[in-house]
Amino acid sequence: MALLSIKNIALKGIASCVPKKVEDNSSLKVFKGDEAEKFSASTGIYRRRVAEKDSTTSDLCYHAAEKILESLYWEKESVECLIFVTQTPDYILPATSCILQDRLGLSVETYTLDISLGCSGWVYGLATISQIMSASGMKRGLLLVGDTITKFCSKDDKSSYPLFGDAGTATAFEYLEGSEFKIHTATDGSGYRAIIIPEGGYREVVNESSLNKINYEEGITRNGVELALNGLDVFVFGISKVPQSVNLLLDKIGVERDKVDYFLFHQANMFMNEKIRKKLKLIPEQVPYSLENFGNTSSATIPLTMTVKIREQLEKEKLKLIACGFGVGLSWATVYFETDGIVCPELIEI
Amino acid sequence: MTLQDFVANFAAQFDETDVSAFNPETKFHDLDEWSSLLALSIIAMVDDEYDFKLKGNDIRDSVTIEDIFKIVNAAS
Repeated sequence: MALLSIKNIALKGIASCVPKKVEDNSSLKVFKGDEAEKFSASTGIYRRRVAEKDSTTSDLCYHAAEKILESLYWEKESVECLIFVTQTPDYILPATSCILQDRLGLSVETYTLDISLGCSGWVYGLATISQIMSASGMKRGLLLVGDTITKFCSKDDKSSYPLFGDAGTATAFEYLEGSEFKIHTATDGSGYRAIIIPEGGYREVVNESSLNKINYEEGITRNGVELALNGLDVFVFGISKVPQSVNLLLDKIGVERDKVDYFLFHQANMFMNEKIRKKLKLIPEQVPYSLENFGNTSSATIPLTMTVKIREQLEKEKLKLIACGFGVGLSWATVYFETDGIVCPELIEI
Repeated sequence: MTLQDFVANFAAQFDETDVSAFNPETKFHDLDEWSSLLALSIIAMVDDEYDFKLKGNDIRDSVTIEDIFKIVNAAS
């Protein structure tokens, strides 16, 4: 069982960036009759941010990274490690973290790495960067996490497109004696088809028929290089594994659930997230949501929710936090950590 | 767990369909109100009431309400 205790690395700041363009779910043509209204009432998702055609995840993360570096007064040369977590990289190759090292003006001595994870990505990225820093003695690191899922969702697929928004985030880590992350990580690859873009990789390469639209049922039409989401299987996964993981970590660290200030869950949809909250017996005040205005932004949901919902508390108060990411893979991870006044600038819009 | 209670719990997830439409032989996929969101409600209801996790395929492959009842009953 992967229960990690990572010492002497602390989270110092978070910045989030979203595209300016807002898309209202009530305006989508894929919904018929009162479907949009019902969809939003049950998922809690009313509008989302959508990246322009010429804007990528790395653009959003770049602006978030510049902002957090500036807000922390960090010299660029002082950043020794850059990890980029996304499933929407700029290119199949090279790794986007290399491009970001140069674009951000970081030293050529920077340790860079791309990680391909979605909804669990922020917690896995946090686990990875903090372990690397803790083991190596690196003093400062940047974790850039985000996705532009709207780019590979079919607009004619009501089972996926209306759920997703785009966002990029930057989380800053620094060596600090006495600090600690406690993390549970897990994987169940038997569910790999539950959330998948079937074609375009090297198992099923792009071919002449990849762009053919297939109608699966009313309101669900997509091609082979667009996202296929099996909502039922993901739901069953979420309502069982997330409470298990959070309970396991709470038991391990010996902290009572009512002593945790905020539980930051991946923002999947309100129906699933509220089930999870109730199963864990958490009060609504402990569980902030950013679904209404941003939808599911994949790996960015947890830092984005921190920026738009608890920014002031993060800046001013001493907090005990639990964050849990879960989804594509299937992959899930939960972290417990404490903050004491981190830097959290206002949401950036580009 | 009785079949009658199960059908009542199943029916309670629906807002618009008249309760008289529900019996063990009801082909739930054919109901006008049936949707993927209702499928989630059924999974959640079974999780809450019977402490059992239906799989997506259990819902997809079942035809009648009794088919689902049998899956849940077999496990308890």
